[in-house]
Amino acid sequence: MSLSAISDASGARKPRRLVSPEALQKLLAFASLLLLLGYFSFASPEFMSFDNMINILQATAVNGVLAIASTFIIITAGIDLSVGTLMTFCAVMAGVFLTFWQLPMWTGIVAAIATGAICGAFSGTLVAKAKIPPFIATLGMMLALKGGALVISGDRPIYFNNTENFYMISQDSLIGYVFPQAQIPNAALILFALAIVASIVLTRTSLGRYTFALGSNEEAVRLSGVNVDAWKIGIYSLGGGICGIAGLLLASRINSAQPALGQGYELDAIAAVVIGGTSLSGGTGTILGTIIGAFIMSVLTNGLRILSVAQEWQFVVTGAIIIMAVYADNLRRKRA
Amino acid sequence: MCANVSLQGGVAVTPLVSAQKVSKSFPGVRALHEVDFELQPGEVHALMGENGAGKSTLMKILAGVYTPDSGEIFVDGKPQSFASPREAQAVGIGIIHQELQLMNHLTVAQNIFIGREPKQVFGLLLDERALNASAREWLAKLHVVIDPRTTVGLLTVAKQQMVEIAKALSYNSRVVIMDEPTAALNDAEIAELFTVIRDLKSRGVGIVYISHKMDEIKRISDRVTVMRDGELVGTVDAASTSIETIISMMVGRSLGDLKRETGRAAREETALEVTRLNCGPLVRDVSFNVKRGEILGFAGLMGAGRTEVARAVFGADRAKSGEICVHGKPVAIRSPAQAVAAGIGYLSEDRKRFGLATGMDVSANVVMAHLSEFLAMRVFLKKREIAETVAKFIKLLNIRTPSAHQQVKLLSGGNQQKVVVAKWLARDCDILFFDEPTRGIDVGAKSEIYKLLRSLADTGKAIVMISSELPEILRMSDRIVVMCEGRITGELSANEATQEGIMQLATQRETMAA
Repeated sequence: MSLSAISDASGARKPRRLVSPEALQKLLAFASLLLLLGYFSFASPEFMSFDNMINILQATAVNGVLAIASTFIIITAGIDLSVGTLMTFCAVMAGVFLTFWQLPMWTGIVAAIATGAICGAFSGTLVAKAKIPPFIATLGMMLALKGGALVISGDRPIYFNNTENFYMISQDSLIGYVFPQAQIPNAALILFALAIVASIVLTRTSLGRYTFALGSNEEAVRLSGVNVDAWKIGIYSLGGGICGIAGLLLASRINSAQPALGQGYELDAIAAVVIGGTSLSGGTGTILGTIIGAFIMSVLTNGLRILSVAQEWQFVVTGAIIIMAVYADNLRRKRA
Repeated sequence: MCANVSLQGGVAVTPLVSAQKVSKSFPGVRALHEVDFELQPGEVHALMGENGAGKSTLMKILAGVYTPDSGEIFVDGKPQSFASPREAQAVGIGIIHQELQLMNHLTVAQNIFIGREPKQVFGLLLDERALNASAREWLAKLHVVIDPRTTVGLLTVAKQQMVEIAKALSYNSRVVIMDEPTAALNDAEIAELFTVIRDLKSRGVGIVYISHKMDEIKRISDRVTVMRDGELVGTVDAASTSIETIISMMVGRSLGDLKRETGRAAREETALEVTRLNCGPLVRDVSFNVKRGEILGFAGLMGAGRTEVARAVFGADRAKSGEICVHGKPVAIRSPAQAVAAGIGYLSEDRKRFGLATGMDVSANVVMAHLSEFLAMRVFLKKREIAETVAKFIKLLNIRTPSAHQQVKLLSGGNQQKVVVAKWLARDCDILFFDEPTRGIDVGAKSEIYKLLRSLADTGKAIVMISSELPEILRMSDRIVVMCEGRITGELSANEATQEGIMQLATQRETMAA
């Protein structure tokens, strides 16, 4: 039988639609983001100012990077509650290298990312080899890393006073040297670059393929002869390394490692992932969706603040948005 | 080492695969005992036996999923031992599990080549184009029309099966094991599958075909091997052996040692009447009734839809259409709560998951379903009344427990089952569905459960007993309903029922004869 004979016949039960369900979810999320932007600009002229846009980009960077890390884990049908405190732990490690030991800046960067990857690999080992449910394994890691960061730092912030250029990682603007009008901070540039790389890893490499496959049917992957445990550890390790990058961004932005910070960030990251259409039951998800989710979160926070909505009510609105996003997703799935 | 060599058409042919004296035990169960099996190139070898006969275990050993406790596996006459499915795949043995093992979120091509993706750019990136092209080639060899870029979850079960076959072949498999491949297929899809099987056969691929359906076995297979209770009964030629012979090989046991338990209660008043019930693919136009004082046996093979009927009547699954009358009055049942209110109880086949709170004590479990009747001022538990009720049931059902405050998980299987029964009796249910009431219960306790069922019937309860064990069905039932693929294929009275007769109805012999 020739190949051309079967090339375009589809065996699918349902006819192709104009917009696939996955694209629709992203479209919905993107439309909500535009709607929010439109509403806030209409409500307050201050919102659309260049300075405020930069604020939003800065605020999205850390949560966006953590959300990218969480996206990988959540697509495997796992969860990582330790991303927030791991981020802080990595920042403290950078402080140990740069401030305590006064080593050159690149060692601090490597230390932060390597620490993240090693801790991630440890969480992954707990999940894959010791068969501890991801929720529990990473809950334990979350608390242990929080304590570890406090112990190592001596319960005090570590300032990067000996590393003059450390602030530039997050606050300088590489693009500003080329286009002086567009002083977009490096933090945002790093977020976008990382998003592109993560997207390629997720859709075009073996690691990405197994990320989806594990979340879809782990047993089938195992029976296909794939070393499931090794890949799972690799995925958690990658997530940990990305948390290290988030740690550097945060530390650079406030020019210090604050050991008490970090807890709570994991929930914002998970919220961004979920708003972006990634299912907590695994098997589906995109980086683009996650980035849109992260922006929805930060635009909402920023906009409500500018409109002088009390902080208490900001929490209520954010909570309601998360629930509505997932409910809308459920409705869509039911129809599809 | 000398492998077995058999004669085919006068020429000595080395079997593709053979198993010799293979044994395997799981904790408490002897799954296989010294079983021999062989498969020739280009042969379709059917493997038959009742549920639990050891068919799947044997095949999982050949496919490297399990390792045997003793015995040897030969591939092309050479001894082999597999530590993993991957090693079995490497020598060309592929298995298609009964539960399809696909990743629904991934595309057809991604599923076929999981773990073996073609790479590009120094091995960093996946080569999706090459992936789809190779998948297309394998699908073309099967003459099936599926776009390799389709998400597997959107395909019909039949197409998913084809994807599994393509996957198995893509390992250059010379042996393909199919575990009940037609369980979820319609007639047209089965015909399509058989075309593919015949094509594989003509190319020298050996196929092991596990099925319960007699007509399929006759249509597709060359030889039939029958297993029973983990042992080999025999291997026969498919064309020259009658279906009756195969069935008698499968059933095997003599009925002499089974004493039938008959009831005393007069059975006139219809307690439950179900008419043309429909609920999903496994409950299709099901009608039956059960009278007061009667035990109605529900026979059939696993997946025939018996549990689904019980769940639909009980309101655990919402029925699409049909009428349910209790004591002559039509009732609307849309939830288990309504079923219980109508006096229907359902004792799940999985006691631990659906029947009991095993960490709690006997007393708490017995009153769990009707706690509201033991409340003072709607809030406080009436301790004394609860204790009295529980003590009454412990005595009535002869539950062997040190006290009413023993944790249920510390009781034996038979006594746990009695606690579930007590729970439903305490609710005054007079129509009781027992789903596999003796599963996981040792022989001694079984006869006690049988006595209990009979005495419940004698007190006027109407009992529906679902069981996959034919001797149990024959021993207990006053009337027997047989199901196959979601339909009731026959009803037999206690006097006319035989294991062979039930097996014929359960394997749809009727449709073939018609």
